[in-house]
Amino acid sequence: MSTPAAIACQDLSFGYDGVPVLQNVDISIPEGDFVCVVGPNGSGKTTLLKLALGLLRPTSGRIAVFDETPARSRQRIGYVPQHPRLDPLFPISAVEVAMMGRLGRAPSLGGWRRDDRDRAREALAEVGLGDRADSHYAALSGGQKQRVLIARALASDPDLLLLDEPTAGLDAHVEEGFYRLLEQLNHRLTIVLVSHDLGFVSGFVKSVVCVGREVLVHPTSEINGQVIADLYGSDMRLVRHDHRCAEEGHQC
Amino acid sequence: MLAFVATAFTEALRQHTFLQYALLAGLLASIPCGVVGSFVVIRRISYIAGGIAHTVLAGLGVVHYLRVVHGFTAISPMGGAVIAALLAALVIGWVSLKLKQREDTVIGAVWAMGMAVGIVFISLTPGYTTDLMSYLFGNILMVSAQDLRLIAMLDVVVLVVVALFHKQLLAVCFDSEYAALRGVHVNRFYFLLLGLTALTVVLLVSVVGIILVIALLTLPAAMANLYARRLWQMMAIATGVCMVMTTGGLALSYGPDLPAGAVTILLTGTAYFLTVVWRRP
Repeated sequence: MSTPAAIACQDLSFGYDGVPVLQNVDISIPEGDFVCVVGPNGSGKTTLLKLALGLLRPTSGRIAVFDETPARSRQRIGYVPQHPRLDPLFPISAVEVAMMGRLGRAPSLGGWRRDDRDRAREALAEVGLGDRADSHYAALSGGQKQRVLIARALASDPDLLLLDEPTAGLDAHVEEGFYRLLEQLNHRLTIVLVSHDLGFVSGFVKSVVCVGREVLVHPTSEINGQVIADLYGSDMRLVRHDHRCAEEGHQC
Repeated sequence: MLAFVATAFTEALRQHTFLQYALLAGLLASIPCGVVGSFVVIRRISYIAGGIAHTVLAGLGVVHYLRVVHGFTAISPMGGAVIAALLAALVIGWVSLKLKQREDTVIGAVWAMGMAVGIVFISLTPGYTTDLMSYLFGNILMVSAQDLRLIAMLDVVVLVVVALFHKQLLAVCFDSEYAALRGVHVNRFYFLLLGLTALTVVLLVSVVGIILVIALLTLPAAMANLYARRLWQMMAIATGVCMVMTTGGLALSYGPDLPAGAVTILLTGTAYFLTVVWRRP
């Protein structure tokens, strides 16, 4: 263990009303990693993310984020939720959404400081939306909204970015640009994203956490038909999308 | 026709203090109506606001009974309304956080029981039952100088609270899970929002009455929402619309001696539907 773990699970189990969802999970995600969490619907991917955020508490075992409880590390976690179903009339601008990342850092009474506004605008510029800061949030496209939510997470100056199905409902070319952005951010942040789409993602990520009957970590180069079959059942076929190679190279 | 109504109304306004009070009450109540109404609309809690409004009758009824039968005057009817509304906000807020699935049923129960308590106490009180009518449908022409002071005080409370906590209130309305992750005590702010709604409802009850209050709280904000891109714009437009509606309702009802509350609501509702049709894409 050269680098400290961003997320470490020891013998972690969780169930809703006695129905087990995750059992005896032992994984460690080092700092600087770019991890994709995959698995079939209902396998517990989002549950794992919510445990890391401290929104859920483990039934047994423990989960640590930067060697602390998730609740204590919250200020270091940037969270990008699944595309929220939003009232199309909600009166808010892109920069106001991004500024919400400053909650918990800004003073709790009164308005925003200049500092918070500047940081939110910087974050929007970083995701390529510097010129849309004052646009009505609801009027932005799906991909742009998703970028605003990333900017909101970045505005809180996190060390770890957690994303829940960030590409659901996005066009393929928008999705690709989205992953390039994440790859850039990965130079300074640990990234963990939950996705249903393993095939596409694997060209960009460094390791894959497969959530199924058991939870396992694979380097991306090891993902092959057998892993997919174990995870999703034998009817799934692996469709290769080799966009580009990660550092280990895809020898499969 | 409109010019005639306007001149007749300004003439009457010059002569009658009660009319000046009524006008002022409408204008003062419009400020929290626009500000808090905007939160109610974007957080989609009109049904909760309706529940709170109807339990106000319990407070009014109990205080009215205590005054007439036991000579207890420490609490004014409006004070009783404030207490009942805040209690209802607490109960409904707690229920909606704890029992997510059956929330609407429980709110409906609180809504009806609040009214029932009010009706029982009003029927126990000897004397005229015209009070019941003025509680239910409002009687802005009965607003006293003391009521005006209370309305102004509640105005200040609502505005100060919103000025201090608007960041958190907006965050809780937009994405409360994310706000919680940023360390915002979302439940406390949810209760704060319901408390503000309760105070605003009481203010508006004196203008249009319990049954009609929900329309005045939500329709100006809903109209504003069709034009505003930011929350502060929505609040400003809603406040302006509410001022026009209460003043217009008063002016139109005064001449033909119609109930001011009902005319205000008819005016607001008509304006709302016309705006929706006009803005339809």
